Amino acid sequence: MSKQIKLRKGLDIRLEGKADKILIPEEKPGRYAVKPVDFPGLIPKMCIKPGETVKAGTPLFFDKQKPDIKYTSPVSGTLTDVVRGERRKIMEVVIEANGDEYVDFGKADIETLNRDKIVSKILESGLWPAIRQRPYHVVANPTETPKSVFVSGFDTAPLSADFDFIIDHLSEDLYRAGITVLNKLTDGPVHLGLGANTTSNILKNTPGVETHYFKGPHPAGNIGIQIHHIDPVNKGEVVWYVNLQDVVNLGRLFAEGVYAPEKIVALSGPEVDKPRYHRTRTGALISTIITNNITSDNVRYISGNVLTGSKIESGGFIGFYDSSITVIPEGNHHEFFGWIMPGLNKFSISRTFLTWLMVNKNYKLDTNFHGGERAFVMTGQYEKVLPMDIHPMQLLKSILVEDIDRMEQLGIYEIAEEDFALCEFICSSKIEIQSIVRTGLDLMVREMS
Amino acid sequence: MKALRKQIDKIKPHFEKGGKLSMFHSFFDAVEALIFVPDTVTTRGSHIRDGADLKRVMITVWIALVPAVLFGIYNIGLQHSLSIGIEPVFWDMIWFGFLKFLPLALVSYAVGLGVEIYFAQIKGHEVNEGFFVTGLLIPLIVPVDVPLWQLALAVLFSVIIGKEVFGGTGMNILNPALVTRAFLFFSYPKWMSGDSVWVSGMVKGESIVDGFSGATPLAQAAAHQVESMPSALEMIIGTIPGSIGETSFIAIMIGAAILVFTGVGSWKIIVSVFAGGMGMGLLLNTFATNPYMELPAYYHLIMGGFAFGAVFMATDPVTATQTETGKWIYGLLTGILAVLIRVLNPAFPEGMMLAILFMNVFAPLIDHYVVEANIKRRLKRAISK
Repeated sequence: MSKQIKLRKGLDIRLEGKADKILIPEEKPGRYAVKPVDFPGLIPKMCIKPGETVKAGTPLFFDKQKPDIKYTSPVSGTLTDVVRGERRKIMEVVIEANGDEYVDFGKADIETLNRDKIVSKILESGLWPAIRQRPYHVVANPTETPKSVFVSGFDTAPLSADFDFIIDHLSEDLYRAGITVLNKLTDGPVHLGLGANTTSNILKNTPGVETHYFKGPHPAGNIGIQIHHIDPVNKGEVVWYVNLQDVVNLGRLFAEGVYAPEKIVALSGPEVDKPRYHRTRTGALISTIITNNITSDNVRYISGNVLTGSKIESGGFIGFYDSSITVIPEGNHHEFFGWIMPGLNKFSISRTFLTWLMVNKNYKLDTNFHGGERAFVMTGQYEKVLPMDIHPMQLLKSILVEDIDRMEQLGIYEIAEEDFALCEFICSSKIEIQSIVRTGLDLMVREMS
Repeated sequence: MKALRKQIDKIKPHFEKGGKLSMFHSFFDAVEALIFVPDTVTTRGSHIRDGADLKRVMITVWIALVPAVLFGIYNIGLQHSLSIGIEPVFWDMIWFGFLKFLPLALVSYAVGLGVEIYFAQIKGHEVNEGFFVTGLLIPLIVPVDVPLWQLALAVLFSVIIGKEVFGGTGMNILNPALVTRAFLFFSYPKWMSGDSVWVSGMVKGESIVDGFSGATPLAQAAAHQVESMPSALEMIIGTIPGSIGETSFIAIMIGAAILVFTGVGSWKIIVSVFAGGMGMGLLLNTFATNPYMELPAYYHLIMGGFAFGAVFMATDPVTATQTETGKWIYGLLTGILAVLIRVLNPAFPEGMMLAILFMNVFAPLIDHYVVEANIKRRLKRAISK
């Protein structure tokens, strides 16, 4: 067994409504969508017009700055709608599903293909965006070669999906094929990060990877934390990473020649009647999953987890990178002297509420802000939940003053919003840290290109 | 509760932009947020947030101060009784102390919050909670008989020049409560030092008991009257003359326990300040040439404002170092300096205030070196491959 990496910093937020290990078979909803907003920095340029028919794998739009990166339809059907937001920004490209047709990208023996062929096949199929990179936490640049590739085999976020359970219900052959593809993309190793209590033999016995075990609270499962401890990104270096389920989809692309972005998502949260796992597809409408399963009206639907996911409506779609749907109560209510009460239902990393008395309680947290935004006051808070050799507050301040050199020195290349999500959660000044981090990353992308 | 909510919603429009009372909107918002935690929900980033906000943090510090406040009130009465030679009756002493303490606290809060609200209004900010704690710290670190107009002036100075000119809570370089005390100390030394200011009534010559000097242990030590100092036990309990909140080591340590347990105060700073003071005391013992230098090192920790400063002043997150490594250095140096000033500088019997203010100024420098070390370490990581 490989060496275990122990992380002491971090925080596990215990929420009600963890998904039971029961898999519901796919119920196809009528609509799917690809959301350009899932991909930071992307400027989409549409390839087809509403009304045209598409197959699974037909390009819908491409990246204006990197036209090789195509975004394709997850299903066959008709492009019905391009939903635009402020300043005509494209929010959702919606497809009315119909039939079961796939663009044939051709089966191929991975071992016989060279790297260029593999890259162009992935680009063509629309699966390329599944490969992301540090620095900047954006879709990988296909013209570069990473020094290594990472896959995280566990997720530690609150109510996140159990990858042990999911991988058991996916094809092991396709998973292994996907790992072979990743090995072709880099000259260096492919690293697989697993939790200390990972049970799945499929994951533990993955051939062609260097396996690393992590022990510790969230964010130990975050890819950025794992990269930091195994093969950190310095200036000028690039590493790539792929979500576990997309490794299987990569395998499918080569073994079956199709783009079929299947995934299993966990439906969880305190407002879910029967929290369970559902087989579905990237971009699926969530309605078939949530129908008759939500216990209240005043709720928030999140594609992803409560810390990093994106807010969607009950008629919204599953995000490209997400493997869970979380439903929590909205917190749009006033609370009488809430800051002075003992607070037996409040969760805090500090022991300022009496909830520290309750060791194993699961919480039903809502979306209330619990205060107003202030300047940085408390110190030493962020450091408790960021298991990296990085000074989070100093880095955030350098982003706020747009000091590029300082950001570089303090470690902007290694971080992503999700790594700072816990800092944002615990911040007593209620500063919107994840959007500060994104601003900093976007600034670096502009500055470095 | 619902009726109150309705009432607030009813008058709210008057304070919003365009309303006839919009000039008071910051004040209104502050009061509203005090009574009801706002119904704001998360819009981007993390969908859930920690239950604790700055109000919760500040009320925790406030609670931690309560033992020191209560003992301080009792001790005002006790010292007064001892000085005029009347039989100490518990509730009489409490009442006397309360009447002395209340005006100080009221002036401190009224002036400080007034300035805060004024600045929040003209800048269009929400009123920050910072002064909530500062306002209670100030009366605890001044002599009981300080004239109220002097106190008001000092608070005005510290909040405006010490804090608001830098941008308000979170941006200030010096601890506002200590700036208040420093202002009083250098502007009105007659009311801030000497033997008679620490006991209520003595300045006006009300003391009639022979042999009751009113001197603090620090003053006695500085005058090398070590044999007339109170015992260690008295100093730990706190039945000695001194600033209102500083005398009882026990009350302060209860506060320290609350701060450390809840995670609000940095235990690293508290421990390292004590370690620094102890270490310097021991060093002085080794090279002792006078009775003060021979004083047992632990005396420094329990007399004067050392413990109060270590627990409630040095730990101010805004003015202390912000890096975790820096906190150790900052604390150690604060403790060392405080004892050094006490023993070797005859002009200042108490060194804690100056030591903390001095280290406040140096905190960014310490942080700078800690961060530089981090940057070097990270660069080395890239080169070593």
